[in-house]
Formats: sequence, structure tokens, C-alpha cells
Amino acid sequence: MVEQNNFKEEFYDVAVVGAGHAGCEAALACARLGLETIIFTVSVDSIAMMPCNPNIGGSSKGHLVREIDALGGEMGKNIDKTFIQSKMLNKSKGPAVHSLRAQADKSDYSMAMRQTLQSTDHLTIRQAEVSEIVTEDTEEGMKICGVKTVSEFMYHTKAVVLCTGTYLGARCLTGEMITYTGPNGLSAATHLTSSLKEHGIEMYRFKTGTPARIDGRSIDYSKMEEQFGDERVVPFSFTTDPESVQKEQVSCWLTYTNEKTHEIIRNNLDRSPIYAGIIEGTGPRYCPSIEDKVVKFADRDRHQIFIEPEGIHTNEMYVGGMSSSLPEDVQHEMYRTLPGLEHCVIVRNAYAIEYDCINPMQLKPSLEFKKISGLFAGGQFNGSSGYEEAACQGLVAGINAAMKLKGREPLVMDRSESYIGVLIDDLVTKGTREPYRMMTSRAEYRLLLRQDNADLRLTKKGYEVGLIPQDRYDWVCKKEKMIAAEVERVKEVKVGARESVSKVLQKYGSIPLNTGASLADLIRRPELDYDKLAELDPDRPELPFEVREQVNIFIKYDGYISRQMKQVEQFKKLEKKKLPVPFDYDNVSNLRTEARQKLNELQPESIGQASRISGVSPADVSVLLIYLETYYHNQNA
Amino acid sequence: MKKDTICAIATALSPSGIGIIRISGENAFSVADKIYRSPKEGKRLSNCDTHTIHYGYIYDGDERIDEVMVLLMRGPHSYTAEDSVEIDCHGGVFVMQKILEAVIKAGARLAEPGEFTKRAFLNGRIDLSQAESVMDIIDSQNQFALKSSMDQLSGRLSDKINELRNIILHEMAFIESALDDPEHFSLEDYPEQLANKIKNVIANLETLLSTADNGRVLKEGINTVILGKPNVGKSSLLNALLGYERAIVTDIAGTTRDVLSEQIHLNGLTLNVMDTAGIRKTDDVVEKIGVDKAMQEADGADLIIYVVDSSDEIDSDVKELLSYLVDKKAIVLLNKSDLSGKVTMEEIREMTNLPVLSISAKENTGIDELEKLVHSMFMSGDITYNDQVYVTNVRHKASLQEAVNSLNLVLRSIENQMPEDFYSVDLMNAYEELGMIIGASVGDDLVEEIFSKFCMGK
Repeated sequence: MVEQNNFKEEFYDVAVVGAGHAGCEAALACARLGLETIIFTVSVDSIAMMPCNPNIGGSSKGHLVREIDALGGEMGKNIDKTFIQSKMLNKSKGPAVHSLRAQADKSDYSMAMRQTLQSTDHLTIRQAEVSEIVTEDTEEGMKICGVKTVSEFMYHTKAVVLCTGTYLGARCLTGEMITYTGPNGLSAATHLTSSLKEHGIEMYRFKTGTPARIDGRSIDYSKMEEQFGDERVVPFSFTTDPESVQKEQVSCWLTYTNEKTHEIIRNNLDRSPIYAGIIEGTGPRYCPSIEDKVVKFADRDRHQIFIEPEGIHTNEMYVGGMSSSLPEDVQHEMYRTLPGLEHCVIVRNAYAIEYDCINPMQLKPSLEFKKISGLFAGGQFNGSSGYEEAACQGLVAGINAAMKLKGREPLVMDRSESYIGVLIDDLVTKGTREPYRMMTSRAEYRLLLRQDNADLRLTKKGYEVGLIPQDRYDWVCKKEKMIAAEVERVKEVKVGARESVSKVLQKYGSIPLNTGASLADLIRRPELDYDKLAELDPDRPELPFEVREQVNIFIKYDGYISRQMKQVEQFKKLEKKKLPVPFDYDNVSNLRTEARQKLNELQPESIGQASRISGVSPADVSVLLIYLETYYHNQNA
Repeated sequence: MKKDTICAIATALSPSGIGIIRISGENAFSVADKIYRSPKEGKRLSNCDTHTIHYGYIYDGDERIDEVMVLLMRGPHSYTAEDSVEIDCHGGVFVMQKILEAVIKAGARLAEPGEFTKRAFLNGRIDLSQAESVMDIIDSQNQFALKSSMDQLSGRLSDKINELRNIILHEMAFIESALDDPEHFSLEDYPEQLANKIKNVIANLETLLSTADNGRVLKEGINTVILGKPNVGKSSLLNALLGYERAIVTDIAGTTRDVLSEQIHLNGLTLNVMDTAGIRKTDDVVEKIGVDKAMQEADGADLIIYVVDSSDEIDSDVKELLSYLVDKKAIVLLNKSDLSGKVTMEEIREMTNLPVLSISAKENTGIDELEKLVHSMFMSGDITYNDQVYVTNVRHKASLQEAVNSLNLVLRSIENQMPEDFYSVDLMNAYEELGMIIGASVGDDLVEEIFSKFCMGK
């Protein structure tokens, strides 16, 4: 029992364990929704630390940041304040895969987030290692009632959000050298895992890695290709004034590995902890170490390596593409084979890190544990990887902890609504056997889930939750109306086959018209777009860029978008059929045994979710549909 | 569940009487209108009253398929409580297949097993006590379909489909890698390369379509070869199947030197049976020609019936032939079950995975079982539950066609200079359709392919 000592216990609504990208979003969401929140970190100096790559966003991750922003999260605003280079990737491709990526000044990023946390009401920051979750048994099952720190201090709370990142039982490996720390030598959290296991939580062990950091003064940039940022920077946050982000940017640099590099790696493979069998954790395939790349893609004679600044307050450079767990002496030799790095001086070694995380299939789509009421989880702890993946889960877990305490419905987005929805559905329905990274190919409805329309998709949800202010909500509603009206108008406006029209068309290399056409028809031509046709459209209203952009996309890709919307309609039908939870699938005799076991184990919330469980066949889904119909019929009768 | 428009053959696939093709769903009437022509100019079924019958013709494009009666039932007053159309045609198997294909082309989808009944139930047309039996139907049909599709596809067709699917998967993975990691993968000149690969896949699929079993087998019959050593009773079997003495049956080994061909109608299927000279290693020149010819016929046959004499010892010839038949569509018959046997069914079954039946061609026993077996091998989908008779082959054909359509959309996207990410939608669709043929679901194929073939990441 808890000792009744004023110095040994405190009371909060919510405790957030961990202050990385997930923890910060979770804590901010709870505090902003008016709940007394405490956030624990092993070191206040490491709040929102970026222990690996020095950038935010990128393909599909940029989408996540936009979505976080539309829901009222902090990541987009924070990177807008602290970026030092920005680029829109895939600009030559379709709008659905345009992705914003910004290089961050790591220390500024961390400091800016810390300042935001420190200036948020209802939010307490506490440097301490949480060692136990505390629960009680109730009639409805296990319920969270707080956390204890290593110093035996008890924090009574109604909800707990676990965002422990890569710190649980962490150890770092560089060749034969093993240190029992979290990233960057910060202390690992060594006690919590056993407490979680005692509560019946299934744990996994995952591994990831990071490359070396090199002293910028020792690099010969003249041997590398310079990589510039975009001339016109687009901010991440829908609330950031675009003019405020037009500033001087730093460059990144491109170089390559070569046969010599690969030879050194091959000769020393036996000293790599992975190949020597010392590492037991599962590593991510999308982010392989350089030794993995050399072994798996032996036919490649070179690999691209990006040299990226870690910030403007440091001369350290990140060697993107060369994460490794080879011994220090091999690292020295290996990095020095790269053009421009011949005399490089390593500041921090590359290392692999192993850590404990959970099997995410133990979570509901709200990110609450199925078996422990009030216990939520987000971030790398859930088996994901990446700052953005972490942040969006932290946000959802935080929001849903708050919704629970307020007695409201949880925020659950489906696969047709957001990348966040796809990510969480993948994790909780299919699980993962390696650190999970977001990819555009995972989003089957990606033509609708664009980074440019994240605000149109999600601002209303953020508003309903209570994280989006009235004026922002009103603006999105207004924007929606303007887009719809302009799309209609453009479809109606007719352009004749006149000489003046032909001239404009010719200017853009477009074939002249034989007969009249609508403005929409012309917009669909690959070489034309909405803005280019302004001259042919004298009655065009004055509209802001973000509205014009949406009108253009909507008209141009109309056919594809409407086909995808039809798919979504089908998808939604199954998604809307809710299954009772908990439910004993042994009662449904016609299910195949495998399906019955999986369904009993997973307890899906809808037929749609059930259909995505591996081992549940289309016939099983049909059986469920019919059973469900009789079930509700009998209940009403 | 899906509320799109579905169709199926609703009667048994037999050559006699009347056949019914049933269409149900929102667009049932407009689908029917696309293929129905009335002798009266300009008659539209969509404008006709419910519960009326209409005389006319079914067309596939400009080709007239059959003279029919069309029954119209508007929801909710129909079996499924949806708009429904029934086409009563002349019941030939081929005609029914053709009409079904025309209906599918006009925009309906082949019904899933039990789907009409399921819709009837979900729309409140049948009571709860019937629900359980519906689930049984779905369950058993699912297992049956799965089994039959695996049986049918153990050979070259599934290899081919897999090969084409892998090409599509690889291209999708490349595009996705390039989108996820644009700094490592370039898509320059790629659309052109892709177009060529896609055209090649389409050409392959179209060849498959044109040689798809179902049309030929149903129209021209199943080319069947009866193999067996001299005097095991091949000709007696043929006679038993024919129902009358057709070939001369003697007790002197090796009298049937040439290949006889005969058409046999078997419960809606036509067998073109070649009775061949006995398979036995021989030095006799005349007989050798017959034997070579038999093996040649067997290589190109749709069905091989291998007759083994149960009153004779199993020798190396038998073993050799059984191993030749491993990847063929074949049946092993243990003949002369009227005599005391030296070989049992169990012994044969130990040597092969092929279906084994015991018959006596002389006494006419076991022929019924043989008929049933042949039927299930070729008409595996035609389960005669009340409303859903379908042939898996039509399903395959529809999937092949759908895959071709999707790939053509990819070509159009390339032609229209759409960005590469727009190809994925239709590529994925083609991949899924082909997967349906071999019973493979998509799952994590794409992500797996990306990681295994392309070097991603930081």
C-alpha cells in the first residue's frame, strides 16, 4: 500500500512517461484540454531530443506532421520555428506524394519544444525514472491508478500514457563494446519493463541504429554535391505565416560509398554485433545499417550518402545512409573511404540500440490497452520508428486519455481519413515484427490523403476534440465553401476556339481548341493548370493560393479521385459495422478455427477491422456479417 | 456488405431445358438494358413495369446470343428485395456462359457463393432460422471453391499467373520505392519502360483469355485420352461410357492399334474420347506407332483416364506412367473389380495423389462415380444450391478481363503524362484481380517486395 506521506505522493489527472516526440504531444494535448498533467523524463535537457536524423518530415512522414498540425498538435509549429533547410520532395510527381521535409537545428528544436511545455498551463515537468505502473482490480477489469518512480514516490492519476521510446532496457552497441544506456549516453529505464510484464503485457525487443557524427571542419565539401533547400519554403503548420519561414538556409551534401568501403565492411562483418549474433532485437528493413546494405544488395557498387548539418550551434555533421554497429576502428577506416571524408574526424560513434517495446496488438484503436483501462501508449514503445510516427501516436494517445477522463468518445480515424489512421490501424490490427515506418504505399487511399488537404480532412476533428480554436475552424469551413464554389464555376465557364485563346494555349505548348471547351477540360491537360488559365477567365474571383491549389487538384485528378472515393464508400460500409467488445467468437460456430482464435485474441471493433486481421478470410467476414445481423436483431427483439 | 449489382447462373448447368441467369442490385435493370433487345424498337426494360415478362434477344455487342424471356422484379418485391432481373434462356451450357459473360461485361459482378441468399437475409427477406443454413452454404462453398481452384491450378496456368503478378508487383515496388525515397531512386524515362512491360503483360493475359479453358471445354468438349496397358479394358470402358458396343473388344492384347474418337455427353459436359493402343514398351512396329500416338495425344489432352487391371501385378510400366501423370489432370481407374484383384485401391493410392476409382467396365459398376468425378473436375463451381450456380472458370475469365482493363488504364495514364503515383491504383487492381484467380490475397506483398528488392533508407 501507498505510504500516507505528503512528500511521497502527489495527485494528477494524467501522467505521461517520457518526453520525446510522442510524450510531448501527449502531455500538451492533455494539459491544453484542461487536465492536470505531469510529464516524466530521465533528463529535462533531453525533451524532444532528436537522437538520430536531423530532419522532420519526408515522404509520408511529412503527411503525418501536417495531420498532427490539423488536429492541434505541436510538431509542425515547432519545426517551422527551428528549421535550417526545407524541401518539398516529389514535386514532379502527383500531389498525393508531395512531401515536405525540413532539416532541423536539433538543439533549437529541443529547446523550443521545452519552452512550449514550460509555458503551458496545467503541465508539470518532472525529471525522474518511472519504475512501476500501479493498477487496481475492479469489476470491469484492471484499471490504472498511477505510477511510481524509482524513489518510491507515488503519483496517483486517472490515466497514464506510456511513451518510453528507446529507453526501456536499452543497450547500445558499437562492435564489441556494449553500454547499458539509452541514446546519446542518457540513462536507460531499467525497471519499468518488469512491472509491465507483471501486468501481463507482452513485450518485444527491437533494434535500431544511427550513423556517426563528424566534425564539419574535417570534411572536404569540394568533393561532394551540394544539396540546396527550396527557393520558396512552404511551412508545415497551417497556422504559420508563409512569409515568416523565408530565410537563409544551410546546405546538405551528397557523396557515395565505393568498392573500398564495401570491402572494409565485408572484411569486418564478423565483428558486427548483428552478424556475430550479439544483437537479439529485430531491426528495421527500411533503414538498414550500411553493413546490411552491403550484404543484402551485394550487386550495388555504391550507395548514396547524405552529409547533413546537425544545427547551426554545432559543427557536427550527420552521415545519412551509414548507420552502423561496427567497431570504432572499423568505423574510422570505413568513413574515410568516402570522397570528402578522407580526413574526417568522428565526434560521436555510430551505434545500434536495442530496447523493449510492446506488441501493439494489445491496444485498441484509441491506443488504450485492451486489458488495462486508462493505460495508453504511444510512439516507439508501440513498435514504430521515427519522430513523426511517434508524435502522431502521442497526440492520439494523449487526446484519448483526455476523452476518457471527460467521458467522451475516443478519437479514432480510419484508413480513409488519415495516414495516422493507417498507421494506428496497421499497428493494432496487424502488429509489427520490426520498427514500423510510415510509407505512402501503406495508405491505400492516398490520392485523398494528401499533405495539402490535411487541414480540410482533420481540422474539424481537432476542433471537436477541443485543440483547434474557433477562428481556425471557421477558416477551414470558409475555405471548403470557396473551393466547392470555384470548382463548380470552373466546370461551367466555357472557352471558345478563338484566336486569342489559341495564343494563350500555344504559349504553354498546348494544342489549340477546335470547338469550345470548359475551363475544367483545359485544366486537365497535363501542360496546363488552374493558374495558367487566368488570362482566359476574366470573371475569376480573387482567391488565396491554398484555395486555388485545391481547385486545381480537384479538377485535374477528378477521375482518379472519384474512383478512389467510390472505393472508400465500400470500405466505410464494413467499417461502420461495429462488433460487440468483448465478444466470445466461440459462439459463432461457422468461423474457421484460425479465424475464431484470432478474433478472440484481437477483439476487433468493426467488421472492417476484422477483415484486415491475417487469418480471417472473406468467407469468415460473410459469416460475421450474418451473425452480427442476427445478434443485433435478437438484442432488439 | 457490397450493394453493387451481382449476377449468376441460377439453374443447374445441364444441356437440357431452360437456364436462368439472375441479376440483382441497384443497376440490375440498366445492366439488362445493355444486352437486351426487343423486337419492338426502343423498348427499355428500365421503363417497364415491375413483375412483367418480356420477349427478346440477348446480344453481346452485335452478336446475338440467344432468344430469351426476361422477368422484371423491382425491389423490395423480389427474392433479394433489390431490383432483380431473370433471363430465361435456352439451357445450353455454352449459351448460359455466354449470357453470363455478357452480363458481367455490362457492369454486373459475378456473385460470391451464397450472395443472393445473403442479400435476401440482410434485406430482411428470409427469417432468422434460415440464417444458419446460409452460413453453412457460404462455409462449404468457400472450402469447395478453394479446393477446386487449387486442384485446377496446380499446373501451368497458376505458374503463368504468378509470373505475371510478380512482374506487376516488382514495378509497383519500384514506383513506391521511388516515391518513398526520391533521393535514391529516379523515375526518369521510367514511364516508357513501364509501358512496354505492361503491354507485354497485357499480351500474355490476352493469350490466356483466348485459350481460357471454359469456352473451349464447354463448346468443343473435353479432349479425353484413355491410357492403359493392352487388354486392361480401355475399350470396354469406352463402351460402357457410350452405353453401347462401339469398339471391338477382344482378349488378344494389342488389337486397338489406331486412335478411336467418340463424343460422349456426360451430365452437361462433352467428352471427346480417344481410345488408344495399350501403353506397353514394345518392339512391334505397328503397335509402336499406336503407342507413340497415344502418348502424343495424352500430352495434349484435357483429361487422361488411366486404366489399371486389378487382376494383374503392378510392374515398372505402371509406376512409370503414374509418375508421368503427376502434373496432369488425370484419373486412375482400377478395372475388372469383378475379378478377384491382385492390386487394391490402397496400393495405388500410395503411389499417386491422383483420384483413384474402382470399376468394372464389363459389369457397368463404378461408372456413376466416374461420371461424378469428371463432372466435379471440370465443373467444380456448379454447386446446385438454390440460387448460385457458377463456374469457377467464368470467375477466372472475369478476373483476367478485369486485370487487362486495369492495365489498359495504366497505359492511358502513361499516355496522358499522369505522374507515376497514379499508376499504382490500377496496377494494384490488376494485381488483386490476378490474385483472385490463384486464391492469393495481397496482404503485405508490396511492402515485402520493396524491402527485399530495393535498398531503402537513411
